[in-house]
Amino acid sequence: MDFVKKHPSLPAFIATLLIFTLAVTFLSEAYGTGTMSTSFVKTLGKTLCLALVAISMDLVWGYTGILSLGHFAFFGLGGYMIGMWLMFARTKLIVVESMAAADIPATAMEIKDAVGTQIFGVVGSSDFPLVWMFAHSFWAQIALVVLVPGLLALVFGWLAFRSRVTGVYLSILTQAMTLALSLYLFQNDSGLRGNNGLSGLQNLPGLDAVSQDAVSIWFFWASAFALLVTYLIANFVVSGKFGSVIRGIRDDEARVRFLGYSVEGFKLFVFVLTAIIAGIGGALYYPQAGIINPAEIAPIASIYLAVWVAIGGRGRIYGAVIGAGVVSLVSTYFTGGQAPNINLGFYTIKWVDWWQVLLGLSFVLVTLFAPKGIGGLFDLISGRLSPSRKGAPLGPDQGSLREQEAEK
Amino acid sequence: MSQLLEVSGVSVSFDGFKAINNLSFSIGPAEMRAIIGPNGAGKTTFMDIVTGKTKPDEGSVLWGDMSKNLIGMNEAKIARIGIGRKFQRPTVFEDQSVFENLLMAVKNDRSPWSVLFFKPKFKDLAKVEELASEIGLSDQLERKSGELSHGQKQWLEIGMLLAQDPQLLLVDEPAAGMTLGEREHTTDILKEAAKTRAVVVVEHDMDFVRRLECKVTVLHEGSVLAEGSLDHVTQNKDVIDVYLGR
Repeated sequence: MDFVKKHPSLPAFIATLLIFTLAVTFLSEAYGTGTMSTSFVKTLGKTLCLALVAISMDLVWGYTGILSLGHFAFFGLGGYMIGMWLMFARTKLIVVESMAAADIPATAMEIKDAVGTQIFGVVGSSDFPLVWMFAHSFWAQIALVVLVPGLLALVFGWLAFRSRVTGVYLSILTQAMTLALSLYLFQNDSGLRGNNGLSGLQNLPGLDAVSQDAVSIWFFWASAFALLVTYLIANFVVSGKFGSVIRGIRDDEARVRFLGYSVEGFKLFVFVLTAIIAGIGGALYYPQAGIINPAEIAPIASIYLAVWVAIGGRGRIYGAVIGAGVVSLVSTYFTGGQAPNINLGFYTIKWVDWWQVLLGLSFVLVTLFAPKGIGGLFDLISGRLSPSRKGAPLGPDQGSLREQEAEK
Repeated sequence: MSQLLEVSGVSVSFDGFKAINNLSFSIGPAEMRAIIGPNGAGKTTFMDIVTGKTKPDEGSVLWGDMSKNLIGMNEAKIARIGIGRKFQRPTVFEDQSVFENLLMAVKNDRSPWSVLFFKPKFKDLAKVEELASEIGLSDQLERKSGELSHGQKQWLEIGMLLAQDPQLLLVDEPAAGMTLGEREHTTDILKEAAKTRAVVVVEHDMDFVRRLECKVTVLHEGSVLAEGSLDHVTQNKDVIDVYLGR
């Protein structure tokens, strides 16, 4: 109960998520009235995964003050890791089935070669690269979903934080990391099928008999559950002394250092933790999307992530969830061709093209006029207003609040 | 008596400008010391060197009975072995409550894992209460420290220093911007602290230094110009020339 008292947003969040999950289930084609199309269920499931990675962005940026513009690289890596198993296992089943018709039973080697040809034919190869060595094992690839993003974040973070790279320079470094990774994966000999990426991920091996209607709901449930767990973990991390220390690092890094805390250690901890959360998010997202290719981890994706968190309200976890949910659903609406074009007579505004301008504009407006983002609306309701100083410092020291303002 | 901190022959230059020039300084385990000197005398750079923020070009900084060399250690490690520092501008975490500020500073294991699973024990809470009453902020524990007055922030920062339970306190201009009453309270806090640990106060204000009733070190152009009681150094001809005479 103490925990709930410390986090008043927690019951509200759990209730909302539960009602949402039940509503979607009862409207779905597999378990409900069928009012909601399977593809929309998938969109919602994917949105939950994006909310999950937005939480990790909020932890690293909103709380610790590290503007990482590379967290989608970890998200994509998680997707690749689960995608390798999905593709391998399903291709193998198909190959074994087709070979069973032959007179002579196929040897293990023949099956492996045939699977290789099926998967890598598209990049002109038939051999399994080294990175696929665990692809046959579900549990090994699940472990890699956590290990690969975690290790990359550990090495990258250790090098960057140890040299005390901060602020915009760190952001640029993280952009360079995600760009380098996506360029590498674009190559055919990277071993992950180059720009074709991994596809057919929506088909779960051995479950061909189950329709996508049911599979989509299963993934939706899994995503909702993962989001809930992540939300609880994030709340635990930012409450208590750890939360104090990371917010301290955000506000005044040197002061934390002189208190005896190893700032680099804490940054690295948060960076790796959030990379792992992002990896898990990716592993749930891409089976719903069905395909992953290197374009998914292009630098722009990570920048979008920062935009979601900024619009939703950084420094509060539900803000990140709201931001990712709202922006990605609105984005689906505009880019999916559902939004009616606006005919101005001399020019027709096509939202598919103009959506990004709208998004950019709202980002700028939020940053300038509502730095608390959508999450700030809850402060408005609960009456926790901060004083409007119009940019002028008040109080005895710069930046301090006056008593009567603070009590408002 | 063995000294707590011994700085000897330290020099450091920035782009050819010698900020500290062959400086030697030492302080005992329970001693109050005031450092005065004109702007640019190297007072803050001296603190930077002791706390590990700046690496000297030459010289040694030895700490404690074991004569441990502090040069090359990082700031966090130096803070953990018992050197606390207060900055000139009050730097507290304004977005957090007074209680959170103090609890963060209370001496405990500081590694990420143990901080993550940290639960304040009775003695931690008692320590926070005790410090809060010492710095006169008992009624303000739940307030955001950003709302405090300038003087209260200065005290909070001193309280955070004491919470670390350091053996040496480096305090940079604690009385800057304080009212007379606040200054007196600050003097009391520092004098009380100096009974059990070493306190180094950098200050411009002569009246404040006089109230501390302690040995004074005068810095000028990066080295020690004079040392002794306040009356002794204020009668020193060199000191009058470079500092008081202006």
